[in-house]
Amino acid sequence: MDSVLSEDPVALKILIAGGFGVGKTTLVGSISEIKPLRTEEVLSDRGIGVDDLDGVEAKTTTTVAMDFGRITIREGLVVYLFGTPGQERFWFMWDELSYGALGAVVIADTRRLTDCFPSVDYFEQRGTPFVVAVNCFDGAEQHSVDDVRIALDLDDDVPVMLCDVRRRTSAKEVMITLVEHSLRTLTSAN
Amino acid sequence: MSDSPQWFDEEAGPVVRPYALIRGRTRSSGDAFDLVATVRAIGDPPGDLGPEQQLILRAAREPISLADLAVELDLPVGVVRVLLGDMRDHGLISVTSPSAGGARSNERILKEVINGLRAL
Repeated sequence: MDSVLSEDPVALKILIAGGFGVGKTTLVGSISEIKPLRTEEVLSDRGIGVDDLDGVEAKTTTTVAMDFGRITIREGLVVYLFGTPGQERFWFMWDELSYGALGAVVIADTRRLTDCFPSVDYFEQRGTPFVVAVNCFDGAEQHSVDDVRIALDLDDDVPVMLCDVRRRTSAKEVMITLVEHSLRTLTSAN
Repeated sequence: MSDSPQWFDEEAGPVVRPYALIRGRTRSSGDAFDLVATVRAIGDPPGDLGPEQQLILRAAREPISLADLAVELDLPVGVVRVLLGDMRDHGLISVTSPSAGGARSNERILKEVINGLRAL
């Protein structure tokens, strides 16, 4: 039907994950033009099975704003960044986002390292290539990347790096590390 | 008062709620459209299109992603999906999904992305 595939722009997705307030929005804004993307979604599935909602299609919906950025590599080749809400109740969005994604950046804050456990688990289970970027907040105790690797129980091949998401060069470095990691994952699989 | 959105007050927002645009539906043939699927206008638009459909056709003269389209229309993604599903069924637009794993498994493209990021 669509015979013009060769002209179709190539669109790649990168997910930016991590706990609340860890710097996802800042990272997306540091490296791309950021726009708020509205997604209107089912608020909660918790009532299902408790209340009998069979046949009732209208459930409470809420508007979730997602950070959305785009980096134009060249005409016809665009990398899209999606900042994913970190809470588990938004996992239904992650499934959609991670489908076909090039990879993910998990931002970690060493003061609240447990916040990024769900993200790490999720991408490990999904087999989505990811890197862990430790955001160095002012005044936060500096940890070595090895400490973080051990604390998160990461596989040896998962890149862990320190970063300052406010700085464009640092944000760039994180993205490059991720795409290089995805490339390695790809070539080792072939 | 037909073409500008009516506002009751700040809190209420526009009087026409997003789901009114799509007649209360939350499902359509557009459900499965990927956020980065490419949308483009095709065919001849009929004269009786709603304002949102006209906006979509205008925005999609050049290929545009679903996510970009939602931002441009300032509508929730779910609403845009329903609109797009209808429009595709009526032959007004084409929606091309990014082949899953197609581009991301293309070594040449990934290298191009790495070089492009370095050059930013």
